[in-house]
Amino acid sequence: MPVKIETKDLTVSFGDVDAIKNVSMEIFTNRVTAIIGPSGCGKSTLIKSFNRMNDLVSNVKITGQVLLDGENIYGTNYDVVTLRKKVGMIFQKPNPFPKSIYDNVAYGPRIHGIHKKEILDKIVEENLKKAALWHEVSDRLNSSAMDLSGGQQQRLCIARALAVEPEVILMDEPCSALDPIATAKIEGLIRTLSRDYTIVVVTHNMQQAARVSDYTAFLYLGKLIEYGLTKDVFENPQNDLTEKYLTGKFG
Amino acid sequence: MNKKLLKQTIFFQIFRMTSALVILFLFVMIWTFISNGIGVISWTFLTDMPKRGMTEGGIFPAIVGTVYLTLGAIVFALPIGVASAIYLVEYAHEGRLVRIINSAIINLAGVPSIVYGLFGFGIFVVFLNFGTSILSGSLTLFIMILPTIVSASREALLGVPKSFREGSLALGATKWQTIRHMVLPYALPGILTGAILAVARAAGETAPIILTAVFFFRPSLPRSIMDGTMALASHIYYMATQHHAINLVRPLTYGSVLVLLSIVLSLNILAIVIRTRYRRRKNW
Repeated sequence: MPVKIETKDLTVSFGDVDAIKNVSMEIFTNRVTAIIGPSGCGKSTLIKSFNRMNDLVSNVKITGQVLLDGENIYGTNYDVVTLRKKVGMIFQKPNPFPKSIYDNVAYGPRIHGIHKKEILDKIVEENLKKAALWHEVSDRLNSSAMDLSGGQQQRLCIARALAVEPEVILMDEPCSALDPIATAKIEGLIRTLSRDYTIVVVTHNMQQAARVSDYTAFLYLGKLIEYGLTKDVFENPQNDLTEKYLTGKFG
Repeated sequence: MNKKLLKQTIFFQIFRMTSALVILFLFVMIWTFISNGIGVISWTFLTDMPKRGMTEGGIFPAIVGTVYLTLGAIVFALPIGVASAIYLVEYAHEGRLVRIINSAIINLAGVPSIVYGLFGFGIFVVFLNFGTSILSGSLTLFIMILPTIVSASREALLGVPKSFREGSLALGATKWQTIRHMVLPYALPGILTGAILAVARAAGETAPIILTAVFFFRPSLPRSIMDGTMALASHIYYMATQHHAINLVRPLTYGSVLVLLSIVLSLNILAIVIRTRYRRRKNW
């Protein structure tokens, strides 16, 4: 199984607090990996270290390595802009830009130097289709993204991320602000997209992890407690803590 | 009525009267200058040169001078103020440098305007040899309004949601691209509002320009930024205190005050309009 991302002894701390402690794991190409665990266990911090969004926090300290295709993204010569182009991110709360639907999707390509209208038109259509939003918005591409429903906004954010042709998509609790129907749509989308992209999804919803992921990692107090095929982790957890968490004894 | 309730009612009434007083001051002031000044306001008054030792004619050079001086100040202050606000909000990490810059801004804002005038006189007029000129006056006003512009720009930048920056950076945009496309456009109305209020303040300042830029009387328009000029605020001061026939020119003084007041109040109203329109249009 080809490995897309590998962490080696990764520790992330904010001030004196270690949010992630010595995590070593491999994330496999074109698979969906779910990261589960109770609130504050470091799930978000872990995936934000995959596209270096933790860098935005002023007192962060990172030790260990994160390898993308074998290359350490925390290496001195690694270009963070290239990294974030390769590793896209969907946030917990849909964060469309207060621009038109079209301009939201075209934002990334434009930033990376594509300005020809025909090419942008094609990119916008293609990625809205990939995000299963095209048929809902194709007749109003120039209206504001802020007028869309929450679920549509999240799919727009997915289209926006896809438009810069990433290889990995990180999703930080992408459904936590959405209703069940919108959630089902995003989950279906995650399954479809996993054919072409490596997806890492953080969720506090265990059923969601079971439904969408191939692999599941259970994180507790910043430590990786258990990691394996989703089926194995859910049906036959090796660690006591995992079992207790999955059966709702704490959370 | 019991004693407690009576006490409460009395205090509330006092508070109400004090706040009514604020409105009263503004209206009395505006009314005084309208009723005394409106008589001399005419097209000729606004567009003519002063004549016969400023006992007749208009105040055109003073209006033009005020416009030049304030435009000059904002031309310097806006880019420099916005740039330093961007640095403070987007680039600088909390630390000693930021604390020093912040206290410099606060202290700069608290310096009395006569001190700015003397400083501008010493630096621009004498040391840099710009003479009594629009350039010297504009630079002096620039230093004076800089803290206002920096503070307003900083507030405006901080008002742009973090999620815009994150969304943009996550797509592989550089920090500068993010600021340029996802932060500045949304901070612009706030920055403009601050800039207009700063201009309004600069237009009314007297001490800094008396020492650096203006003449008592100059019956022609400035031809370059190295020329001295007349200006409304200083003209009013001279007409009210230095003129050889103060009583004779009093109507003209009132007229000049009315013009200056109109300019400043219009600018303030413009700032309010921009702010409300932007708040209504804002959908994030």
